[in-house]
Amino acid sequence: MSLLSIQGLKVAFQTRRGSVDAVRGVSLEIDKGEILGIVGESGSGKSVTSYALMRLLDRNGSITGGALSYGGIDLNSVRESTMRDLRGREISMIFQNPRAALNPIRKVGHQIEDVLRRHSRATRSNAKAEAIKALEAVKIRDAEARYNAYPFELSGGMCQRVVIALALACDPKLLIADEPTTGLDITTQKAVMDLIAELIAERSMSAMVITHDLGLAAQYCDRIVVMKDGEVVEEGSAERLFTAPQHAYTRKLVDATPRAGAGIRALLPAEQRTPEPVLPVSDTPLLEVRDLVKTYQGKSGPVHAVKGISFSVMKGQSVGLVGESGCGKSTTSSILVRLADPTSGEILFDGEDLANTPAKNFARDPRRAKIQMVFQDATDSFNPRHTARHSIEEPLARLGGLSRRERKERVGELADLVGLPRTLLDRFPHQLSGGQKARVGIARAIALEPEFLILDEPTAALDVSIQAIVLNLLVDLRAKLGISYLFVSHDLHVVRLLCDYVIVMRDGEIVEEGPAAKVMQTPSHAYTQELLAAAPVPPALQEPASSAAE
Amino acid sequence: MAGRLSTIGVRITHAIPVILGVVVVSFLLTRALPGDPAVYFAGAAADEESIAEIRTALGLDKPLYEQFIIYAGDVATGDLGNSLSTGQPVLEDLANRLPASLELTLTALLLSCSIAIPLGVLAATRPGSAVDHLCRVLVTAGVSLPTFFTGVVLIYVFYYLLGIAPSPLGRLDFIYIEPDHVTGFYLIDAAIAGDWETWLGALKQLVLPAATLALFTLAPLARMTRAAMLSALSSDYIRTARAAGLTEDKVLFTYAFRNALLPVITTLGMVFSFTLGANVLVEKVFAWPGIGSYAVEALVVSDYAAVQGFVLAMALLFVALNLVIDLTYTLIDPRIGFETK
Repeated sequence: MSLLSIQGLKVAFQTRRGSVDAVRGVSLEIDKGEILGIVGESGSGKSVTSYALMRLLDRNGSITGGALSYGGIDLNSVRESTMRDLRGREISMIFQNPRAALNPIRKVGHQIEDVLRRHSRATRSNAKAEAIKALEAVKIRDAEARYNAYPFELSGGMCQRVVIALALACDPKLLIADEPTTGLDITTQKAVMDLIAELIAERSMSAMVITHDLGLAAQYCDRIVVMKDGEVVEEGSAERLFTAPQHAYTRKLVDATPRAGAGIRALLPAEQRTPEPVLPVSDTPLLEVRDLVKTYQGKSGPVHAVKGISFSVMKGQSVGLVGESGCGKSTTSSILVRLADPTSGEILFDGEDLANTPAKNFARDPRRAKIQMVFQDATDSFNPRHTARHSIEEPLARLGGLSRRERKERVGELADLVGLPRTLLDRFPHQLSGGQKARVGIARAIALEPEFLILDEPTAALDVSIQAIVLNLLVDLRAKLGISYLFVSHDLHVVRLLCDYVIVMRDGEIVEEGPAAKVMQTPSHAYTQELLAAAPVPPALQEPASSAAE
Repeated sequence: MAGRLSTIGVRITHAIPVILGVVVVSFLLTRALPGDPAVYFAGAAADEESIAEIRTALGLDKPLYEQFIIYAGDVATGDLGNSLSTGQPVLEDLANRLPASLELTLTALLLSCSIAIPLGVLAATRPGSAVDHLCRVLVTAGVSLPTFFTGVVLIYVFYYLLGIAPSPLGRLDFIYIEPDHVTGFYLIDAAIAGDWETWLGALKQLVLPAATLALFTLAPLARMTRAAMLSALSSDYIRTARAAGLTEDKVLFTYAFRNALLPVITTLGMVFSFTLGANVLVEKVFAWPGIGSYAVEALVVSDYAAVQGFVLAMALLFVALNLVIDLTYTLIDPRIGFETK
């Protein structure tokens, strides 16, 4: 008999616009010792399924049908007090955004003690020792000192270890991990996932790993369930799903997952694959960065964010800037787009030094129009009270020197260029989907026909299928408009698809640079090798003969 | 701990320029007031000559900067001057009246906290329930009813109609003798003296004005508690705590409530400082010999020393209060001490 069995689960949320079905008849099973992956894009109901199983749905959500059985217990009908005994002791859960998942004003050791004592795993006298043991179990160095730490004193990866320690403190049989590594750096992601996998194997537990990352699921899960719009569309081993997906949606997801050996067009569904455009790269540098240094005054002495880096971007070239959080890539990009001033160094744009003009005066500089940026968070980078048209039109009105009618015309052209239906132009940001917002952000950035575009993780918050479309759009725009890109990202697979040249940064320094293919295939620096090894590797997709058109 | 001590030190040094500024501003403001203390002091029958004489005696004929130097020197030695209207040293007046105001305000706040906080918590845990509606009604009433109105209504009902409350004439009915001055708080002093009859008498006098103020201060506190609890309860760490099977009491009090306390304490500080200076109306209605009515009387007759003394005393009190709130904050929230380093 399986440990967990969900049959025909239905969950509905009461909203102001009536009842919304989030989960529509999901059935799945988890055996003892098995790791099940649930994969799907946002809105697929994968998280709601797990919350329903834990009976932790928000106040307006309720289970409207189906059966939930854990080890013979009917989870849907047991009393709330029984459910509270099961949570943490039998079934545990870890979450994304680990720092927010911990009480900010309670010592992490005490938070673990709370759980231990709740489930009678420790008494007042030995709680501290048990909590330290739990911290040691998740390989936290110097656990005794960390016991007294508050979440804000720990890194994101460390917080996630504490969350795992908390979840596993009472030896549950089933662990539910809801996007456990989203928002963490790639090497941290690997460390955390390896730790989870190891602990699960050690304690012969079962697990449910909820993720949007097919590659990650493929690497760590025995079996994968693909969900879409509240339903299970396909189920099978990772190998099988990748090599021979049955359902069209699975196929689309597998295609859209960036992976070694696949070109950028291969991310799109087969029928949308057009030949890749030719991208001429000139030998004349457009942007030359020389000995760029940025030092902040920190609380405990100066912080060297960028320690004298030099590189060039040729006309028409796409350069990838790769690194983990804190490596200085965001500082570099905000200096290049002239939103911040460097401490020292030169930024030669077409031979002229941009660093001479202070950032606060650069908005009035004639070269402002030539350097533009696409921001990471498509939602937060728009004024919520401006329509898409207004957002795209704003740079034109300020710097474009066009009449009102010409501007209207131009906004329409831009919308066509980025593939945004003109009818959506009068909507507000909250009325647009993530992909549509990304298009508006790109349209705004290219409105003034810049020569140099800085893309700061423009697809990080998007679902993979939308990411595939946006990445292809960026390639097409580069071909059409001849813009040079600086693509800032932590995702090496994405950088490989979009860039000719790659720069790897760590601790404010460039550790490796070179043509994308060379850096990706034969990395010379140990850190680049580590980054590449940390990225999940999905099983190779066997391309059917029909898609040989590439 | 060393971090916290240095935080306290930094906060105290921050207060010094504030106090110096208050000394200057209160001095200048009182000079800018319309009205002439010499004219008032001389009385209705005075002629030009006697007014000029009094002006010289008071030192008001000297240039402003000279007056200020004399004033600053006196303040530095703890001499706040004599009040023209009461004839007493201002320091003595304040020492008599400040405890009356503090006793009233603190009792009122104690009362309103003991109602507002549980009410806000209950309302947040049961949105849309009867408790939530009750909370909303009380908050609306507290905000919209002015204190002089509720005060008069309470007197009408409890003193005039029901006759349970004593006459609203100050801190103690004339049949009792004031307890020996220890803290100036009659309830505490009477308790120290062991005079429970006086204690009860003082309490009876205190109930109505305290209730009036409490209803007024209840509104912001209950509102903030409810809002802070709601936001704490919807946060990720509450979900984690629930997923770990912690009991509802633990989730509610150790996890949600302690986090929700931070904004409530900020509000409490604001309400306290506001009430202390602004409960003139309540003091007038109940003939309470507090600091607010003292200041208004002094202001009307341009009693410079008394007004300056009042402003200075309030400023010191505010600084001390803010310090206490900051310290409470550092006790609850470990993130504070580190950020100020």
